[in-house]
Amino acid sequence: MDTVFGIPGGAVLPLYHELAVSGLRHILTRHEQAAAHAAEGYARATGKPGVCIATSGPGATNLVTGIANAYMDSIPIVAITGQVGVAMIGRDSFQEADITGITMPITKANYLVKNIRDLAATIHEAFYVATTGRPGPVLIDIPKDVTTQRAAFQYPPKLRLPGYRSRVEPHVLQVAQAAAAIQAAARPLLFVGGGVITSGAHEEVRQLAEEQDIPVVISMMGKGAFPENHPLFVGMVGMHGTVAANYAVCETDLIIGVGVRFDDRVTGKIEAFAPQAKIIHIDIDAAEIGKVVPAHIPIVADARQALQAILAKLPERKEHPEWRQRIWRWQEENPLRYDECGLKPQYVIEELYRLTEGRAIISTDVGQHQMWAVQYYPVERPRSFLSSCGLGTMGFGVPAAMGAAVARPGETVVAITGDGSFQMNIQELATLRHYNIPVKIILLNNGYLGMVRQWQEFFFERRYAYSELGGNPDFVKVAEAYRLPARRVASREEVVPALQEALETEGPFLVEFLIDREENVFPMVPPGGTLNKMVTGGRQQ
Amino acid sequence: MKRTLSVLVENRPGVLTRVAGLFSRRGYNIDSLAVGRTENPSISRMTIVVDGDEQIIEQVCKQLNKLIDVIKLSDITDDPHVGRELMLIKVNAEPAVRGEIMQIVDIFRARIVDIARNSLIIEATGDADKIDALENALRPFGIREVVRTGKIAMLRGAKTKGMEASGDGTGD
Repeated sequence: MDTVFGIPGGAVLPLYHELAVSGLRHILTRHEQAAAHAAEGYARATGKPGVCIATSGPGATNLVTGIANAYMDSIPIVAITGQVGVAMIGRDSFQEADITGITMPITKANYLVKNIRDLAATIHEAFYVATTGRPGPVLIDIPKDVTTQRAAFQYPPKLRLPGYRSRVEPHVLQVAQAAAAIQAAARPLLFVGGGVITSGAHEEVRQLAEEQDIPVVISMMGKGAFPENHPLFVGMVGMHGTVAANYAVCETDLIIGVGVRFDDRVTGKIEAFAPQAKIIHIDIDAAEIGKVVPAHIPIVADARQALQAILAKLPERKEHPEWRQRIWRWQEENPLRYDECGLKPQYVIEELYRLTEGRAIISTDVGQHQMWAVQYYPVERPRSFLSSCGLGTMGFGVPAAMGAAVARPGETVVAITGDGSFQMNIQELATLRHYNIPVKIILLNNGYLGMVRQWQEFFFERRYAYSELGGNPDFVKVAEAYRLPARRVASREEVVPALQEALETEGPFLVEFLIDREENVFPMVPPGGTLNKMVTGGRQQ
Repeated sequence: MKRTLSVLVENRPGVLTRVAGLFSRRGYNIDSLAVGRTENPSISRMTIVVDGDEQIIEQVCKQLNKLIDVIKLSDITDDPHVGRELMLIKVNAEPAVRGEIMQIVDIFRARIVDIARNSLIIEATGDADKIDALENALRPFGIREVVRTGKIAMLRGAKTKGMEASGDGTGD
C-alpha cells in the first residue's frame, strides 16, 4: 500500500498535516465517492487494500456508495473518516454524521476510535480484517481531537479476534465427496466467480478444467478467472450471458461453483436454475452456501486450497467429448452478433480489443456499455476487468480506472463508459489531468440511460419515461475544458484511427463515440425468467 | 418454528445494533432478544429467540457467525436447558379483589413487589408458557402495563456454552 485517495476537510486537517510529510502518495480526487471507487480500483487491480480518506459529515457520507460497492463485490478497502471531537459527538455538531452507524450494514467491520491509545491497534486490526477471509470494506472513524493527541507508538499487540475465522481449511470428507461427484458426472460444468480471483485460484481452475475436461462458465466478477480464448471457455452466464453458457447451465448434471454467490442476475428464476444438476459450492463464506441455491456438497474454504485438495483426489484424466461437442455446437450456432451497419458499440469494443491485443486493464461503468464490454472484450488474466457487479454503481468506471492506473503504472488502462454513467463522476477528469494519470476513456454516447431505455422498450411498452438524456454537454469540449485531449467519432471509419490516437497519446485521453442510439444488449433473459428462454436479437414486438 | 440461540459476543459498543440490524436488514423475525454481560466483563451473552423455517434459521446462524463481534453461537433449542423470562405486570387492584389476585399470584409462585391504592405490581419468572398463563389470568382485573425481558437460557448440567472460541484468536 503506497497510495491513498481522498479529500481533506475540517475534521481531518491534523491527519492531512502529517500525511503531507508521511511519504505516502495522496491523490486528491474531486469527490469523495470517486476516492472510494479509486481505492476499489486500486484493490481490484492489485489485490492489495485500497485506502480512502474523507472528512466528517458530508465527506464521510459521500464515501457510502463506494463502501457499499466494495461490500457487494468483496473488495478490501479501508476508509478513514474524520469525526467531530469526542466531546462534540452526539450533539448534531457542525459536519457531524454517525458514519459508523450509517455504514454498519455495508462494512465488514467498522470502528470509532475514541482514545489515541487504541489507534494503532485499530488500524492494524482494520487492515487485517479487510484483507483476510472474505475481503471487504472496513471503516475507521477518528474524532479530530484523537488525531491531535500524542501517544508513544508501540507496535500493536497481537490481535484479539476470538470470533473471527479467516482461515478455513476444506473439510476432508467434503473434498472426497466433491472429487467423487466430479468423477461420476457426465456433463460437469465449472462456474467461477470473483472468489477465484481473490484467492488466486485461477491456475487451479485451469488445471481442473483441463485435466478433467470440464467446460467453464463465469459470473461477471469471474471475468479474468479463466482465459476467455481457451477452448473450454463457454462464456458468462445469466441475464446477459451467452446462449451456450446459459444452455450449459440448464443441461449440466454437476455445477462446481467456485467463489460465486449465485446472484439473481445469474440464476434467473431460482427454481429453474440448473434443474438437473448436483451442486458443489466452494466459498470461504459459510453464509453464502445455501443462501440462494441449495448445495449438495458444500465446501467452506479458500477456493485455492479447496481446489488443490480436490485435484489431489483426482488422479486420472477424464474426457467428456459428447458434452464438449454439444456446447461447441451451441456456441457455433449462437455466436454473439450484431448488425454491422452504422456505428455500433460492439464494433468499437472489438477494435479496442484488437488494438490492445487484449492486454489492457478494462474498467467499466454500469449499463449497456458494461455488458458489451463483457461480451466483446475477452480477458485472459485475473485483475484486468474491473466492474461494479453486485451494486451496479454508475459513476464507478472512471475513478476505478484511475485507481488501477495508479496501482499498475505502465499498463494500458481503459475506462469504458456511457454518457449516463460518465456524468456521475465527470469531475474526475480534473484529477486525471492534475496527476497525468493515463486513463483512456471510451465514451459510448447514445443519448440515453441505455439499459433503462432497453427495459422500457421490452417491458414498459416503449414508453421511454425520462431515460433520454436531454441536455448532454459537448463532451469533447468538456474534456478540453479540463485540458484533456479528446476526439469525437461519428462513423465506423473513424473508429480505428481514433482509438489508435488515444492509445498512442501519453496521459489521459477521451474518445466519444456517437453510437446507434437504440442498440440493445443481446442475449437477454427477462428478469425472473429461466435461462433457456433468451431474447437473442431483433426488436421484441 | 421457534429456535433459541445462545450467542456470546464481545462487550463492545454497537454490538447490539449490529445484531439487531442484521435481523431487520435480512428480513428475519426476532421473537425476543435479551442481553447482559457474563462472568467475563468483556463478553456479553445474548439469548435470541427467532422464528422461521430451517433454511431461515440456518442463514440466521451463518450470518450471525460472520459478525466479527460474535464469538460463539449455539442453537440450544434441542439441548436440555433452563429457559426463563422475567415479567413485571401492573394490574388494577381495588381492595375488594386483592385477595383473589393474591391467590393467583400464589398459584403461579409469583410475587407482589409493589402496592398502591388501586394497583399492584407483580413480578414473575418462568418459561414463556407460564408467563403467558399468568398474564391471561390477570387480564380480567385490568392490566395497566407489562414489561417482559424476553427469554434467557442456560444449559442444564455441567455443560456450558463456554468461551472456547473457534476464531483467529490472537491473529498475526
